[in-house]
Parts: sequence; structure tokens; C-alpha cells
Amino acid sequence: MRETSLRMVHELARRDPRVVFVGSDLGAGALDAMRQEFPDRFYMEGVSEAAIIGLAAGLAMDGYIPYVNTIATFITRRCYEQVAVDLCLHNLPVRLIANGGGLVYAPLGPTHMAIEDLAIMRALPNMAVTAVADAEEMKRFMLATLDYPSPIYIRLGKGGDKVVTPADQVFTLGKSVELKPAKDVAFVTTGVMASRALGAAALLAEHGIEAGVLHMPTVKPLDDVALLALARRVPRLVTVEEHSRIGGLGSAVAELLIDNRLPTPLLRLALPDSFPDDYGSQEHLLEVAGLDPKGIAQSVLKS
Amino acid sequence: MVIDALDGGGRGHVGAALSIIEIVRVLYDDVLKVRPSEPRWPDRDRFILSKGHGCLGLYAMLADKGFFDRSEIAQQCRPGALLGGHPEIRTPGVEASTGALGHGLGIGVGMALAARMQKRNSRVFVLTGDGELNEGSVWESALIASKHALSNLCLIVDYNKMQSYGRVADILPLEPLGAKFEAFGFGVSEVDGHDVAALRQVFAAPGTPNRPRAVICHTVKGRGIPICEHNASWHHKAKLAPEQVAELRHALAAT
Repeated sequence: MRETSLRMVHELARRDPRVVFVGSDLGAGALDAMRQEFPDRFYMEGVSEAAIIGLAAGLAMDGYIPYVNTIATFITRRCYEQVAVDLCLHNLPVRLIANGGGLVYAPLGPTHMAIEDLAIMRALPNMAVTAVADAEEMKRFMLATLDYPSPIYIRLGKGGDKVVTPADQVFTLGKSVELKPAKDVAFVTTGVMASRALGAAALLAEHGIEAGVLHMPTVKPLDDVALLALARRVPRLVTVEEHSRIGGLGSAVAELLIDNRLPTPLLRLALPDSFPDDYGSQEHLLEVAGLDPKGIAQSVLKS
Repeated sequence: MVIDALDGGGRGHVGAALSIIEIVRVLYDDVLKVRPSEPRWPDRDRFILSKGHGCLGLYAMLADKGFFDRSEIAQQCRPGALLGGHPEIRTPGVEASTGALGHGLGIGVGMALAARMQKRNSRVFVLTGDGELNEGSVWESALIASKHALSNLCLIVDYNKMQSYGRVADILPLEPLGAKFEAFGFGVSEVDGHDVAALRQVFAAPGTPNRPRAVICHTVKGRGIPICEHNASWHHKAKLAPEQVAELRHALAAT
């Protein structure tokens, strides 16, 4: 997904002279093909996130579309005020490509795991918050970013994530994707949790429960129309996210239901409000948090 | 006009505005290529007031140049006003919304790079405070400006030696400031920031080739009004009594 995202920046740079890449201090050779083809639109500016966001804002004020890339925790927490003031207050078309959303960097510990990125980005006016499910959807999504007038936060998965989105999807920011129609219960997911929810739906089918999956590649703007229709049609909603239970997709859905006075029962499956205190792999930590297909299915059966 | 704004809005960063008056005067009179009737003219020079709390000085100059009507000045900070307690891009002539410190130089670096890529002759001027140089983001941006040899970028430091709580020398000393910018790869000039002729001369002189510029302006916080000068308690004032405003006007008239 990350490689696809960066490859697409290069592709967009070929299509549009306004596209610029700005990295901090990425792994050696990152996006080398673009650096060679467009050396004047490729910036690698060191471990200085605050300055880089300002630089991207200045470029955007004068007509460029900067795609900024570094690790998710650093592009959010480290330079939050620059993101808020330089990008969101000025409402500039800067894209923040965040490596390792959620638990991807499990072996590297809590400084590198972005478990509150969706919450803090979602709280900023003008910011779009996105987490696609797979590399194929990433291609379609990146094309849609070119002419979006506002800043976009782009959460990346680990890479090699199972492809679950349909090839004929027309990507629109703010639109959800129904991956499986729901009857008894509807999973509402974002990012790579779509595949886990589909796995859980298969397990629930063995128990005679028909579960569907609505995938939200954009957590903000939220697809209110599809969600409200779903909440009026199915008896139960279950949000599933690789994120703190505070402020992310589950919170967004809860806010929508409350604001529309809908009594549909909502179960929020997410990470606990604590820093991850184990290593291993993303899969391992998801399993510990009950966010693997089996854990998700069990939570539904228990609720 | 600064005192009119204080009087009308009932508040403002007085000292911070008065220390930059001559700097913005010289910039807008003699240095910047701008068009008040066409504020977004692409080939203009950019001026970012990174120390956004000095905005009363900038507003007075923009009004004087005709970017907006002078009657807006007395409305600052009121409901529905064009002018707030920090500059925002909705005001004609304001290039970036500032107020949070340490943002202007990063944005200026991006604008200077954009000018180079677009082969425009636009220059970018960023005015920071001295207390603002406490922010690490300024120094990150200074490294990047130097790396890219941004000779079209000029950092101006309003070095009035006072920050909000007290003397810069006590809160977080900056000396040797000129040497710091030299070490960061800037061509450095130091000037009396209230000496109009000296300021004109500095900005008219060619910079060092392939280096960003730093012009360190030695200034006096609250310049021109004896009760404000060098006085940290005049960094920001709210709830000014009519007698205080009268006192300010009287002091200014006497100088």
C-alpha cells in the first residue's frame, strides 16, 4: 500500500506539474524513480516535521500540490500545530502520507504506533481523514486526491494487505463502499479492518448470523447518507477500527447516530485507551485487542 | 493609527507593534513590490509577519498603502471586524495567518522555493520577533533555507531584547545571534531598526550570493512612547482606560 501510494505520487507528478513530493528522512532509495525524473519537484528535507509542513504550506499557497510523507506518529503528533494552522486554517491542498497507521510498527514500540491519528486529524476543520483498505483501492484513491481542494490525511497500512475492494469502485472522498450486504448486523470499518470484518462475517455465518461490511475509506467527511440508511435498516451496528476507542471511526458513527436520534444499538470495537505495551507483530497486537476475525466474531456473539 | 486601533478594539500588543513601525514603513515604501489594488498579483514580493502579535504595525501600514480602508483600524477585534488580534489571510495584503509563533519562516521557505521553481523574481521577507526565535521550528527552517541557498529569502529579526515575561537575556538568551545565523549559512546584517535611512541602505544592498539573508534589527519595544519603552508589561494590553489612551496620544505627540 505504501509503495503503491508513493508510486502514485510519481504517476500524478507526470500528469500534473503542480505535484511535488516532500519527505523528511525516509528510507534510502524511497521514490528514487521520481527523484530522477523530477529532481526539481522532489524534496527530502531531514527530520524536521514542523518546518516541512510549513514548507509544504508555502508551496501550496503558490499553486503547488505537495504530497508530504513520513511516519504516521511524526506527521501528526510532532507537528500538530503546523498541520492545524499552516494547512487547515489556510485550507491548503497538502496531502499527508502517513506510514504505518495503527499497529504496523508493533516491533518498534509505542513511539511508532499511531493509535490516535484518526482522532486528532478528524478534530481539525477542513482536514479530510482517509484510510483505504488495500493497494488497489489506494490507486483509485490517489487519483481522486489530485483536485481535492483541502488537506488530506492518508493513513497507510503495512503493505501486502488482502485486496477486498471491488475493481469497479469509483472512488469519491466521502463515499463508503459496501463490501458485503448486511441483514442481522452491519460492520462499519475503516482501513485494513475491512478484511478482518469480512473474516468475522464468514465466522458469524456459521452461527446463522448474516453480517455485512460497510467500508469507510474516508472517516471524514463521513458518508452520513449511507450510514444513516444502514442504521435504519439493520438491527445492530458494529464499528471496527485499528485505533483508540476515543475519537476515531466508532466515535464518528456514535456522534452521527446521536445527532440523528437513531436508537440503533452500536458496538464499538477498537483499541483500549492505553499505549500498546507489547511488541511482536501487527497481527499479534490486533489479536490481543480482539480485532482479528475470531475476536471480532466473539465480541458480536457475546453482545 | 496603532493607538486608534488600541482605542477602538480596547486591546492590542502595543509594544510589539511599536518596535516594528520603521521596519514595515521602509519595507512598504522602498522595498516590497506589491500592488494594493491587486493584493494577489502573482509576481509580488511576499511579506509574512511571523510575529503576528505585531499586527497593529502591519495594519497601519496596509491601511496607509490603501489595501483596505483606514476606518477598519478602529474596528479591530470587534465583532464583524476585518482586522483581528492577529493577522489573517482574509485581510487584503496579509500573506499568511500567523499568531502562533515559529510558523512564518517555514512558510517563507516554501514560498521562496515556489518562486524559484516558477522562475518568478518574487522575494520573500519574513519578520520574526526575538522571543519567537525560542521556537525550534525557526531553526529547522533556517537549515532548509541554507541548504537550498535561498537568496530570495530574507529573515528580519525584530530584536527588541524583551519578550512577554521579561528580558530575552533572562528568559532564553540568544547571543551571539548574528554568529548563530552566520553558522546556519545566512548572510547577516545588523542595523538600528528605528533608523529609516540605515534600514533603506541595508535592504538596498545586494545580499550574499547563494545565501538567505538575516537582517537583525536592534529595536526598542514600545518605541516612541516613554511609558512603554523597554517595559514588558506593555507587551500586550487589554482593558485600556480612556486616560491611558490619552496618555499614549500625549506621549506620542510630545516625541
